[in-house]
Amino acid sequence: MSTAELPKRHYLNADYNIWSWLLTTDHKRIGILYMISLTLFFFVGGAAAILFRVELLTPEADLVVSPTYNRLFTLHGVVMVFFFLVPSIPAVLGNFLIPMMIGARDLAFPRLNLLSWYLFMAGGLLAIWAIVRGGVDTGWTFYTPYSTTESNSQVMAMAVGVFVAGFSSILTGLNIIVTTHTMRTQGMTWFRLPLFVWAHYATSIIMVLGTPVLAISLVLIALERGLGIGVFDPKLGGDPLLFQHLFWFYSHPAVYIMILPSMAVVSEIIPCFSRKPIFGYKMIALSSVAIAVLGFLVWGHHMFVSGQSVFAGLIFSFLSMLVAIPSAVKVFNWTATLYKGSISLETPMLYALGFIGLFTLGGLTGLFLATLAVDVHVHDTYFIVAHFHYIMVGGAVMGYLGGIHFWWPKMTGRMYPEWWGRISAVIVFVGFNLTFFPQFVLGYLGMPRRYHIYPEEFQVLNVMSSAGASILGLGYLLPLCYLIWSLKYGKVAGPNPWKATGLEWTTPSPPSTFNFDEPPVVTEPAYNYPPLDDSSLPHETSDPTASTPS
Amino acid sequence: MSDHVAHHFDSAEQQFDAARLGMWLFLATEIMFFGGMFAGYTVYRFLYPAAFVEGSSHLHLVLGTVNTAVLLLSSLTLALAVRSAQVNQPQGTVRLLLATLLFGVVFLGIKAYEYSEKFAAHHVPGKYFVLGETHNPDVVPGHVELFYSFYFAMTGCHALHMIIGIVMVSIVAVKAWQGSYSAEYYTPLEMTGLYWHFVDIVWVFLFPLLYLIG
Repeated sequence: MSTAELPKRHYLNADYNIWSWLLTTDHKRIGILYMISLTLFFFVGGAAAILFRVELLTPEADLVVSPTYNRLFTLHGVVMVFFFLVPSIPAVLGNFLIPMMIGARDLAFPRLNLLSWYLFMAGGLLAIWAIVRGGVDTGWTFYTPYSTTESNSQVMAMAVGVFVAGFSSILTGLNIIVTTHTMRTQGMTWFRLPLFVWAHYATSIIMVLGTPVLAISLVLIALERGLGIGVFDPKLGGDPLLFQHLFWFYSHPAVYIMILPSMAVVSEIIPCFSRKPIFGYKMIALSSVAIAVLGFLVWGHHMFVSGQSVFAGLIFSFLSMLVAIPSAVKVFNWTATLYKGSISLETPMLYALGFIGLFTLGGLTGLFLATLAVDVHVHDTYFIVAHFHYIMVGGAVMGYLGGIHFWWPKMTGRMYPEWWGRISAVIVFVGFNLTFFPQFVLGYLGMPRRYHIYPEEFQVLNVMSSAGASILGLGYLLPLCYLIWSLKYGKVAGPNPWKATGLEWTTPSPPSTFNFDEPPVVTEPAYNYPPLDDSSLPHETSDPTASTPS
Repeated sequence: MSDHVAHHFDSAEQQFDAARLGMWLFLATEIMFFGGMFAGYTVYRFLYPAAFVEGSSHLHLVLGTVNTAVLLLSSLTLALAVRSAQVNQPQGTVRLLLATLLFGVVFLGIKAYEYSEKFAAHHVPGKYFVLGETHNPDVVPGHVELFYSFYFAMTGCHALHMIIGIVMVSIVAVKAWQGSYSAEYYTPLEMTGLYWHFVDIVWVFLFPLLYLIG
């Protein structure tokens, strides 16, 4: 093939005026705006992590005092959860790709989409203001009564910041649901939708139904701190456990807001780099919805030792285990897709394979924690920290990076440097495991989370973890550098560098402002990858009987 | 007609479907938002039934009942306003929207009067709270204070939604007066109506829970 050229007119060069970005209603540009702001927050949260990992090198408190340490881990938690992980894939890749994947010109509500970015930024600025004014020391969970009556830190500003950012999340979810229902092009039936869209649809259900409950919890905290209207105040007979119920009603499903979109990305990458149709399409699609529904029924497993009734604990324990079923459905189907596939190990595939391994480990340790008796032993230890980082970093962030690499040519029109991509994917994987695997051991041995002074026998494992964190940090900095480099010097990608299926790959890279000149018509199922010997011709399977063995 | 269809939609029908589904989803988020408070209310109502009855007995039942009637009337006029637009009677639309606005303002006025009574009686939670004379000397004042926390949080959030609703109705009233709506295009009117009815229904639940227990 001769060298591809960038299209003359596309969404990036349609207008260079600054207002054409700040007032854009183009879903692709809003995705880019999100990507830039999220990258910023990611490195703010990461810097806090590096600081406390340095502190944890020694058993004594030598870098920071206790109040500072509390503020550092709270900053890390709040920023990473609310200002990076929750919006990450839906707001960047979902925004960019969902209209293109279903053959639409934009999301259903482009102006709401822009508003959601502004709300996100307003919430983010409030959070940064709270950090500059001294930070928050409650942990990202804002537990009462500490957050309402005791803490002297900037709880109010941070809570309002998270509240405002929550609305951006609600609007994103609402937009995705309505778009999926009403904007699908001709022939794009529900069971022809890419699994990326299915998983985002499930995510959006959680965003729309869960986030308002977080909002009201934060409103009640603010009313209690600010006006003395207190419904959680134990002095009046209020029940702090009620806050935990309300908080985790959102914040447990929020874990699935973070992981489902990564599963969405993996479901796109695996068939593409195995050159096979995905195994068990319907089961993967429905398992996303099952995870969203079951995710709403398990929040009580955060409160096994909080004074919840034993009966409630038993029920929540049982329900929590059920989540393992749809999760395993996905893992088995991805693995079955790999089986006898023609696998190539480009960077996105490395991230996707890493995701499967790390998510499985994180998910299985989740079963330990769902077991009442084991949870009582490891509750609030580093075992928990390791478990949810395997899901949120090993899972969610790996998926995000895999997706960014996979669609980078579509978003920018240029390839990233493949060698650097693979190297940094390996660095991330190694650094991640070195950081967090020792924390499983630490937690099992009894090191509690949120302490920075610890017994000397824990030092070796903590040093390993801190060393891993620095490797992981390098692994995150590398893509930042080479992706920016590739904007100017990367090889021109052409419309479909991966020879992938999906409507987004039928457009030029980068696409034009309205995505499609003519509304596309869909005539075949998703992931219609050709049989193995025919891998250069992705759309030539005209005879459907040819590929079905009988 | 077609100038109301945004560039990314294929037809006015598709646009209307999207708007309506979006509004219903938004109302679902509102149910979850108020649902948090209703859940909290339920928990404490079961924990401290006597205190909740005591707190409720200090509310102004007549004013609450009048307000319920006012709000139901406002929903009726708004529903009729949408109907007027559907049958191409813009004059009627404007008049009915103005009636809705009037009822909305009356509701907030009565609510403000009730709040001022509560302030005067030191029934606002916080450090100035005093229960005063009670019907049931056994109730713990702190528990009654919890009731009033819910009273103010729930009716306060409801009143905030009313204010937003009044702004929305004002905007569509101006638009209707300018002749923007007709049988072909009345989407904003319909969406405002859905929102207003929702806020109304929240009150329909709040009224018995706060005023009619005992």
